[in-house]
Amino acid sequence: MSETTIGSAVARVEGIDKLTGRARYAADVHPEGMTHAYGVYSTIARGRIVSIDTSVADEMPGVIEIFHHDNFPKLHRSPASFPEENMVDELRTPFEDDEVHYAGQFVALVVADTFEHARDAAYRVKVSYDAASAAANLAMGREAGETEANRTERGDADSAYAGADVKIDATYTTPVETHNPMEMHATTARWVDGRLIVHESTQGVIFARNTLAKNFDLDPSQIEVHADFIGSGFGGKLWLWPHSLATCAAARELGRPVQFMLPRQNMFTTSGHRAETSQHMQLGAKADGTLTSIIHDSINSTSSINTFVEDCGGATSSLYASDALRVSHSTAVVSRGTPTSMRAPGAGVGLFALESAMDELAIELDMDPLELRRKNFTDTDPNDGKPWSSNHILECYDRAAERFGWAERNKAIGSMRDGDWLIGQGVAACNWDAMRNPCDARVILRPDGSATVHCATQDIGTGTYTIIAQTAADTLGIDIERVHVVIGDSTFPHGQISGGSWATASILPAIVGACKTAADKLIEYAAKDGAPMAGAPTDDLIFEAGVVKNGQGDRAAPGDILTPLKLPHAIGDFHSDGSPDDGYAYGSFGVNFVEIGWNPNTAQLKVRRVVSAIDAGAIINDATARNQVEGAIVMGLGSALFEATEYDERTARPVNNNYAEYLVPVNADMPALDVILLNHPDYHLNELGARGIGEIGLTGVQAAVANAIYHATGKRIRDLPITLDKIMDDTA
Amino acid sequence: MRQFDYKRATDTDAALAAHAGQRSAYLAGGTTLIDLVKLDVMQPERMVDVNRLALSDIEPVDDGRLRVGATVRNTALAYNERVVRDYKVLSEALLQGASRQLRNRATTAGNVMQRVRCSYFRDGISPCNKREPGSGCSAIDGHNREVFAVLGTSEHCIAVHPSDMCVAMAAIGATVEVQGPNGRREIAFGDFHKMPGDTPQIEHALEDDELITHVTLDAPMRDAGSTYIKLRDRSSYQFALASCAAIVALDGDRIREARLALGGVGTKPWRCQEAEAELIGAAVDDMAAFEAVARRAMEGATPFKHNAFKIPLARKAIVQAIKDAAARAGQGALA
Repeated sequence: MSETTIGSAVARVEGIDKLTGRARYAADVHPEGMTHAYGVYSTIARGRIVSIDTSVADEMPGVIEIFHHDNFPKLHRSPASFPEENMVDELRTPFEDDEVHYAGQFVALVVADTFEHARDAAYRVKVSYDAASAAANLAMGREAGETEANRTERGDADSAYAGADVKIDATYTTPVETHNPMEMHATTARWVDGRLIVHESTQGVIFARNTLAKNFDLDPSQIEVHADFIGSGFGGKLWLWPHSLATCAAARELGRPVQFMLPRQNMFTTSGHRAETSQHMQLGAKADGTLTSIIHDSINSTSSINTFVEDCGGATSSLYASDALRVSHSTAVVSRGTPTSMRAPGAGVGLFALESAMDELAIELDMDPLELRRKNFTDTDPNDGKPWSSNHILECYDRAAERFGWAERNKAIGSMRDGDWLIGQGVAACNWDAMRNPCDARVILRPDGSATVHCATQDIGTGTYTIIAQTAADTLGIDIERVHVVIGDSTFPHGQISGGSWATASILPAIVGACKTAADKLIEYAAKDGAPMAGAPTDDLIFEAGVVKNGQGDRAAPGDILTPLKLPHAIGDFHSDGSPDDGYAYGSFGVNFVEIGWNPNTAQLKVRRVVSAIDAGAIINDATARNQVEGAIVMGLGSALFEATEYDERTARPVNNNYAEYLVPVNADMPALDVILLNHPDYHLNELGARGIGEIGLTGVQAAVANAIYHATGKRIRDLPITLDKIMDDTA
Repeated sequence: MRQFDYKRATDTDAALAAHAGQRSAYLAGGTTLIDLVKLDVMQPERMVDVNRLALSDIEPVDDGRLRVGATVRNTALAYNERVVRDYKVLSEALLQGASRQLRNRATTAGNVMQRVRCSYFRDGISPCNKREPGSGCSAIDGHNREVFAVLGTSEHCIAVHPSDMCVAMAAIGATVEVQGPNGRREIAFGDFHKMPGDTPQIEHALEDDELITHVTLDAPMRDAGSTYIKLRDRSSYQFALASCAAIVALDGDRIREARLALGGVGTKPWRCQEAEAELIGAAVDDMAAFEAVARRAMEGATPFKHNAFKIPLARKAIVQAIKDAAARAGQGALA
């Protein structure tokens, strides 16, 4: 019998495959006769294509076909329905017409015998345009108009704000960020007897399959989407982007497999980004710090193709108690591709505004910022009055504050020093939804005592393979080495996307159920004629530690049962439901404490240490969970200090579209990260007590950094990223 | 990437011969060239691989100078015993450049020949006087924060020369040895890189088909300390927003001799001869003097929309570099 593994730091079960190169990613698949596609991308940001001259490119070595809007097969649009699981953010299918909506939009696709030939020819396709004026940023987009998407109101927020003792009124802005996973988007597609088989770097094999079924008017059963390994996605790979459809269509037209890899520079244009936001915060409070009004009016950039709403105020409406509140979201059209979810969409940028404003309020009140947060704690979700299923944010505050040494902080601005360095310490709360969605799984027990788990989900690098293996091993009572997790295949039982921090909470209950169902099946077989416990009432048999037992101390291993019956295996299928409707509100909570150093002599800014406490339910794997939170903090630090996709104001083209100039943190930027995982199970959400952990660590990090910078320098920076030129005293 | 010929040369004469007669490029580390060829910005018809040439040695010269072969990798140069001992500023500059992986490939001559990081140059489509003379400069009124200069700019180009190594070499003083169809010649390091002026497409003093064979560093300054201060947004793998190479020699507690060169702010590796002359005689702890020198070095700088902060930032780099170099000199360290 195996040790219980849930909660411990089990090493990634696929780690060796990844380290040795055995793991196959979407572009590692090379079907016989495969061709290579390379895109031609619009150089204008808005207007029409006048002509496409392929005469030179057509004659280039290896060129097989050049597709564009005049000769591309007409595809159907996906309804883009989340409930139907065919969501897309870029509604338009590639090469639909001659319209250009953004710079870097696909205008042609070259297919050739090699990648190099396809790229070479793509550079020789001559496209002429009739360019129209383009909105290159949110401010320009707003000049043409704003559209309100939604609002949430409690009480009369404006009146309550007007009558407040202490007020904060400030606007915060955040730039476009680009996901930039290590593995670029890739599609390898082939058609076999009318069936479409796709290897796709995707966070959702089911969504990808369903979307393609709409695009090609097929039954989903005619499509296989495979994603054995994914080099991360950060939300950019949740839904399909035009290159995937174009690749599948090209493969059908040519009758040959086609592979497409999206070049890094085009990941900045055609595969989504975090929207640019401007967020107007107004906080009103009594002199004792009690919030009386919260107003969070935000606007974000969207495209002329689709309306994407960045849910900046999603967390604002439930993190603190306040009788009066208004959260509104608006959009303005900017000449860019459609934004999409990026790790912690909404709260990822929304809590920068809220938690910066809370710090400003604390300073205005002359109150400790942590105390202000404690003061406004709410044990129910103010949106609907439901009690939290499990909310330990106060414990997060206490434990992280103690670990950080918050009590020793001198609150006076610029009062803490280390040699030439000014030291600043800041705090900000974290918050993310806790959700669960329906999921199916299958477990197959074989005579050799092994168990195979099938689920049409995928592991984007977060540890899904490993926690599934742990859960199956523990439920069956067998060694984890005997569990084979096979996921990333849309033909398996319906699984969940790797997004929204709900994969763990959704998938694992299905795994547990499937294990138990398979064990029950083995018990049923054990009592059959010819089996070791023939004739025994199945109610008297139990499955434990990988074997069937009866009350007399007899044990029958799977082989003992299946082999005499000449059966290959015992299968268990299970369906688990979505979030329970049981009167509770669900969420995950936490806090980040950040210490920064600022050297005014050299304008150097360093994050020195981060202490986080996270309440995300039961921790299934201490290593992968910690890795998720640490990674999210790193991403939050990047968002705070470096990340911004910059656009030329005249052409609306991104100008820093590569890994050298789009700055993400490097090892040398990394502070000591100290993550406390509370590990309090939330059994209301599921029997494992697990919520999700992929996103929460990012939320509020930028505010904690900004608050720390204020503490050190007295400079309140409300525009991300906080680069050194925004802190320097002398700027010319 | 366009089709090109590839020739691997095993001696310098063969390399020159292979290079002649068509649009060719010498291939060393390839860290700039291959990128730009993939982006279709450089379109050589032939690449002549010079990695097998016998140019990978670092040799002392009798007069105290140090002769560095063209294909010496950045990593090898940075950790070379003589460089670490006598040219700390160069070792530090190299190790703050790029990433370890890139430094393991990138060569000395290749770094001297590094092309600009201006996105309008690299995108292959924007007007750019380097790529297409006469088409205009997109950076002047464009996004011009990170890799754009405030010194040595012209109305035709404002891109920074991005090398860190070259900034240190500009401070040390060096000679670029080249070989061409007409034989060998030497070019003073300060004359090698050209300011853009009216001809930003002309970036250096190399003639057609000429190949850099060595860069020979001037003999180290006596009783000197040196350092390279590089300021940037993130701590590694970013081009300098502003950097300063400083070499300071002392006579007692006064500065006897000093060299200053700047990176991240100039259209070429930017030696500050007038400013450094004003350091002579200053006390080693005279911060006011250092600040005056820093102001002098940045006199006449031209800010653009997004990079005005580089002027005070460069002053900070200069002051810090002088201070640190002087402190090292005071500890009896060699340059």
